[in-house]
Amino acid sequence: MKQTKKKPVIEFKDFQFQYFSQAEPTLQNINLTIYEGEKVLLAGPSGSGKSTLGHCLNGLIPFSYKGEIKGSLKIMGQETRDMDIFELSKKVGTVLQDSDGQFIGLTVGEDVAFALENDCVAQDAMRENVQKVTDIVDMGKLLESSPFELSGGQKQRVSFAGVMVDDVDILLFDEPLANLDPATGKTAIDLIDRVWREEKKTVVIIEHRLEDVLYRDVDRVIVVSEGGIVADMTPDELMAADILPKLGIREPLYVTALKYAGVEVTPQMKAGRLYTLDIAQVREALLSWNKEQPKRRVNPAGPELLKAEDISFQYTKKRKILRDVSFLIREGEMVSIVGTNGAGKSTLAKVICGFVKEDEGKLYYSGQDMSDWTIKERSGKIGFVMQNPNQMICKPMIYDEVALGLRIRGVPEEEIEAKVDKALKICGLAPFKKWPVSALSFGQKKRVTIASVLVMEPKILILDEPTAGQDYHHYTEIMEFLKGLNSHGVTIIMITHDMHLMLEYTPHAIVISGGEKIGDAGAVDILTDESIAERANLKVTSLYELAVRTGMEEPSSFVQNFINYERGTRSE
Amino acid sequence: MKAKLFDYIDRDNYIYNLSGLTKLVAFICLTFSVMFSYDIRYILFVLILSVVFFRMSEIRFRQIRLMVVYVGIFLLFNFLLTFLFSPQYGVEIYGTTHEIFRFNSRYIVTLEQLLYQITKILKYASGIPLGMIFLLTTNPSEFAASLNRIGVSYKAAYALALTLRYFPDMIRDYQDISLAQQSRGLDLSRKEKTKTRVKNMMNIFVPLIFTTLDRIELISNAMELRGFGKHKKRTWYAGRPLHRGDYLAMLFSIAVLAGSIAVSVFVNGSRFYKPFV
Repeated sequence: MKQTKKKPVIEFKDFQFQYFSQAEPTLQNINLTIYEGEKVLLAGPSGSGKSTLGHCLNGLIPFSYKGEIKGSLKIMGQETRDMDIFELSKKVGTVLQDSDGQFIGLTVGEDVAFALENDCVAQDAMRENVQKVTDIVDMGKLLESSPFELSGGQKQRVSFAGVMVDDVDILLFDEPLANLDPATGKTAIDLIDRVWREEKKTVVIIEHRLEDVLYRDVDRVIVVSEGGIVADMTPDELMAADILPKLGIREPLYVTALKYAGVEVTPQMKAGRLYTLDIAQVREALLSWNKEQPKRRVNPAGPELLKAEDISFQYTKKRKILRDVSFLIREGEMVSIVGTNGAGKSTLAKVICGFVKEDEGKLYYSGQDMSDWTIKERSGKIGFVMQNPNQMICKPMIYDEVALGLRIRGVPEEEIEAKVDKALKICGLAPFKKWPVSALSFGQKKRVTIASVLVMEPKILILDEPTAGQDYHHYTEIMEFLKGLNSHGVTIIMITHDMHLMLEYTPHAIVISGGEKIGDAGAVDILTDESIAERANLKVTSLYELAVRTGMEEPSSFVQNFINYERGTRSE
Repeated sequence: MKAKLFDYIDRDNYIYNLSGLTKLVAFICLTFSVMFSYDIRYILFVLILSVVFFRMSEIRFRQIRLMVVYVGIFLLFNFLLTFLFSPQYGVEIYGTTHEIFRFNSRYIVTLEQLLYQITKILKYASGIPLGMIFLLTTNPSEFAASLNRIGVSYKAAYALALTLRYFPDMIRDYQDISLAQQSRGLDLSRKEKTKTRVKNMMNIFVPLIFTTLDRIELISNAMELRGFGKHKKRTWYAGRPLHRGDYLAMLFSIAVLAGSIAVSVFVNGSRFYKPFV
């Protein structure tokens, strides 16, 4: 195609990188060329080396993370080892994953200007440039706002503007979707696409949420695994190649659905994006598969466990964070609480745990009024696990960390050991009993925090974003583990904005928007209801869209069939 | 909320609109002038000035209520302890004895001691509103710009601004962590013995330190990627050029400092005002 004439902007040749702290090279035999004006998606499971690859591009390797480089990496024709991080940052602009943490300035304008300040640009020129760039990302009217006043999506736009201000040639996005709710994520992908088209930049996106990135055009997908490149092809070819599932990367749900229906995916089907998929070629197979599926069976309802009646809460008189929220959770359920950032879902969890006191309304635990229960009393029945395990772990040794809650309660040491052993075993941490926490991976630390809550034998476990920042492999591991806990009788409530999680694991979903409950039904029903999805910044699942495009009469039953089928295949 | 304590709020008035440099110079001059002089008349004059400035800056009392309480307690203790440890210091300084009241042979209340101690309290009391004005009306980045302009290395100046910028974030982390630990049964309320409470606090600080370290790595990477530290100099988006008001304010504060020194040298002949001779 056009590529023959285009000039290469990124060229890896027999590239290898090894961190000084590690015995094996993290990257090996990397041969990769990215051409001017291309939009490329770098995908791979955690630990595959995709972030390391990104760090090589922006210069954090070797300037901040030390290690040995072999082979060659040229950016804009220049060998990176002959450049410093500042020269590189003029060519490659990086938007980091955590847009909150990289917000350096005190206001939007100042943050965007940061790179210019460091370049000694005069104040007038700086203000002009900042205005221009912030207008591109639709933040031009908010120059005076402080980071606390912005939403996650807006902060990301600011960091985006902050690298564009340098007029870089290459834009590198490191997991741009990680901290965004689904609808905001969609907008972010739209924005990246727009800038790519209008400003003619080369764009590299590192992300493992393939389906969400492929919502817009991508020229090539490069799949990284175990430090090497295993695929470099167009999205259409990739979907047909059957590479992703083997590597533990989630392929788009609609592609999985096609495979379940026995469709042999070929590049000609254009399955890279749902919107380009040639539906005529697959319609028959999908319809007949859908007809074959057995009807869903309804699980018998357990006794009432947690009931909320008209809960309202406000920090200040001006704005109610929660308004008349009522719900009922039965014993043995797995429930997700979903909604946008700031919708009030975390506050709801805080009210349930007793961290803050409801202004109106009542909470009942197995029919008992919880009004007078202290945090400590509640924590015996309801355990709370925070999103970031580093925010919970306070002991150097795993055993002590898990035992902490019991020791505080004055449980005799002999009993503690038995209970800790049990909790560690449930969490698959028994071999690590005598280990220090620092030797564990992020996912394992997460399980330590879950064990440290489980040890108090709560009936309900509330988890804040249990799978945030996890790739599909670890996601499945954590979720299957929680599923197992659930089958032991623990009722599980998850605060999340991961649609896949909600769809696959929680039959019951409560949707909060603007402090009110706007939906309380089966997850499938919620995710196929366009009006609820829109109000709560959720995204209708691609399965539903696939069903609609196929022309099915009951699209939501197709989604349900898919979930049932998938659960069936996984438990086999 | 607690997180509001050091939050900079933008307002439009004379004090707010001064540049950070002006406020720094004024703060140093005025505080130094009261620290230097022990002349109660001059200190009262500066105290009145600082109260006037405080009104002009439109800082709300609830912004500083907590700080005022702590300062009040500190001043009270200072007053009592000074008397307890050196009840005759005033007599020593002023060289005369006007006895008012006698507890025993050591603790004699004299006019001299009273004057000395009141003067000292007023010194602190006039310095504190100035400090608060400075902290609460200065935009941290603009302050960093000002520090840089008077010769402080921009890296050091920026580090200071970043501390102010991330302070509210750290308080938020602290609150989150503290809640999670309380839910595991950690009691931080007064019901628990002090020793246990201190131990329990440790269980919050350890995760707080780790979270903060994570944050620091992220910020320093983000800053490096955007060219921080490339040149010997940098410009400032938030920097403000000096206006007439700034020069006037600086001149005025230098005059106040000069006045304080002049009063000591020419009027009193020492740092102390001696009404008793």
